[in-house]
Amino acid sequence: MFKHFIRLQWKSFFRSSSFGKGIALKILMVFLGLYLLISLVGAGVGMYFILRKLVPDVSPMWLISQYFVYWILIELFLRYFMQKLPVMDIKPFLSLPIKKSAIAHYILGRSAVSVYNLLAIFFFVPFAIVLIFQGYPALNVLLWVVSIGAITLCINYVNFIINKSDKALVIIGAIIVGLYALDYFGLLPVKEFFGPIFHGLYAYPIAVFIPVALAILVYIINFNYLKNRIFLDASLKTKSQEAKTSDLAWTKRFGDIAPFLQLDLKLIWRNKRTKAQVFISLLFVFYGLIFYTQEIYANMMPMYAFLGIFMTGIFLANFGQFIPAWDSAYYSMMMSQNIPLRKYLESKAGLIAVSVVVMFLLTIPYVYFGWKALAVNFGSALYNLGVNIPVILYFGSFNKKRIELDQSPFGNMQGTSGTQFLIMLPVLGLPILIFTIAYYLFSVEVAVIVLSVLGIVGFFFRNYFFDKITEQYRRKKYGMIDGFKEKNS
Amino acid sequence: MILSENLTKKYGSQVVLNIEHLEIPKGQSFGLVGNNGAGKTTFFSLLLDLIQPSSGKIVNNGVQVNTSEAWKPFTSAFIDETFLIGYLTPEEYFYFIGELRGRNKADVDALLSQFEDFFHGEILGQKKYLRDLSKGNQKKAGIVASFIGNPEVVVLDEPFANLDPTTQIRLKAIIKELAAEQDITVLVSSHDLSHVTEVCERIVVLNKGEIVKDIQTSTETLQELETFFGG
Repeated sequence: MFKHFIRLQWKSFFRSSSFGKGIALKILMVFLGLYLLISLVGAGVGMYFILRKLVPDVSPMWLISQYFVYWILIELFLRYFMQKLPVMDIKPFLSLPIKKSAIAHYILGRSAVSVYNLLAIFFFVPFAIVLIFQGYPALNVLLWVVSIGAITLCINYVNFIINKSDKALVIIGAIIVGLYALDYFGLLPVKEFFGPIFHGLYAYPIAVFIPVALAILVYIINFNYLKNRIFLDASLKTKSQEAKTSDLAWTKRFGDIAPFLQLDLKLIWRNKRTKAQVFISLLFVFYGLIFYTQEIYANMMPMYAFLGIFMTGIFLANFGQFIPAWDSAYYSMMMSQNIPLRKYLESKAGLIAVSVVVMFLLTIPYVYFGWKALAVNFGSALYNLGVNIPVILYFGSFNKKRIELDQSPFGNMQGTSGTQFLIMLPVLGLPILIFTIAYYLFSVEVAVIVLSVLGIVGFFFRNYFFDKITEQYRRKKYGMIDGFKEKNS
Repeated sequence: MILSENLTKKYGSQVVLNIEHLEIPKGQSFGLVGNNGAGKTTFFSLLLDLIQPSSGKIVNNGVQVNTSEAWKPFTSAFIDETFLIGYLTPEEYFYFIGELRGRNKADVDALLSQFEDFFHGEILGQKKYLRDLSKGNQKKAGIVASFIGNPEVVVLDEPFANLDPTTQIRLKAIIKELAAEQDITVLVSSHDLSHVTEVCERIVVLNKGEIVKDIQTSTETLQELETFFGG
């Protein structure tokens, strides 16, 4: 039975359309994956020496044991977002002569070999090998690795149990912050308390039975839970949330584009992927903190330009690059409806423009790091408004990949193609280049003025640009309709 | 009203549609039948300018559809669920379509009130997004949305599929009523021969992209069609 399942799994992986995507994207993904793997292995190998150097008089094993509790909690927290039990795939099997227990074992067993579990292995195994070479007793270390594996599986299966409620997430988050705060302010010696417990896994090889037993226990709990719920209406049904109707009457004041604006706002707010896009964009306001606070970047003006364009334009890039693919699910309706294409595009542009202004307002506090930061951000915002909005809309007409709106945004490459990487060049690269040239030839002031003037000029040619873009969308219409129909994965 | 001349659609060397001449006068209720792959949806997609013809043209009320967009204000269609916006509630969807066709909320509400029977209490006020409705209910919403804004041409692809018997009967009544009005041209495609003979004045049979029959509906039509498809 499992042989069949595994064969199906194999096929679904190699025949999935994401696997057959453009060669460039594939290579990029392979490189990213390799990079991640190598950094994990590198960190595992280096960890021993780093800890030795940082705290010479404590055994690295002891140190790492102290932080184990945080590793477990943080991994649980992160997995909540990333990993869901793959229940939907089993629908076709329900009516076939397969025992439900076999299906349950398959689902749970399959999750055990997920990428998330491998991450820990790739980190801890190199670490353990280094330990053995450093003269730690091999038996203890080996059984310790087994314990780690068991703990990872525990995390894996506990995640499926708690994944059903948002409360669990809040509780875990609170525990992480709470424990760390207690520890930090010296109220409760959390590390000293949990350190010995996890160190025990290494010190007493026999203790390996505890995590293994725990893992088996959690597996059984999961198994029983799942077995009784393999029905279409229980665990397999995706929950539908209650719809809230809103008429967004205030958009009326925007005149002709109001219906599209309403549609776009609902689009963003009611779909997972777009909603996450907004939050991610807002988080990028803090991106500046990484650079402005460091001495090396203090006088590196091109870096300022990068930050300015990037921070004020993050939503422009994130949301704009997939226009009109956001509407891909119903694009043929839009095209046969009585829709002035230009109003449709103007609405998108309006929305992005608002985001640029908001992001600029949010970056104003960076004036703390000098007036230059504010000035560059201002120039960048103007450039984004005047030049980048038409540019990104224009490149949007090359989008032909469908986007399913209700899928998670994390690591979701849907809708991505070579176009997305090409877009980044003119949107991000060009203004930085212009700024840098003007800066080295003249001064920061001139460079900021150049960006601002370009933005304003772009704004004056707005009508002309929009005519051209509308024309372009019209030309590409059939290709888009055709492409958006192709459902992938 | 609708005139297509030398219309062909090819994918590679495969001809999926080849209609030399087809004229649908204003106010006619027109039925398109044929097996899978006969070219029904292709013809409707061409009529709505969703795909490009390989040759020939379709003229809708004097407007050639692939060169001008002036046909859009008086034409409406429901082809499949991709015509729905999943993250809207049915009401929001109707108002949105209404707005595109120059109808305010009150107009749309007035129209919707005529379809209360048809909705059977499963569409309006359900606090559900369209994506969470069943296939049949999605279809009901889509069909009614195509009636918003007094269109002169209504295109419905397979409107009877996925509907329950009660709704099918109600839909037939609605289409008949629509067809009875002088200036509305209704185009319906279906696999169900009895439904389509019941609601359409004229039936065209497509087979492998070509018109093989063009019948004015009479009492013998159903029999004729059954012999054609059965034989």
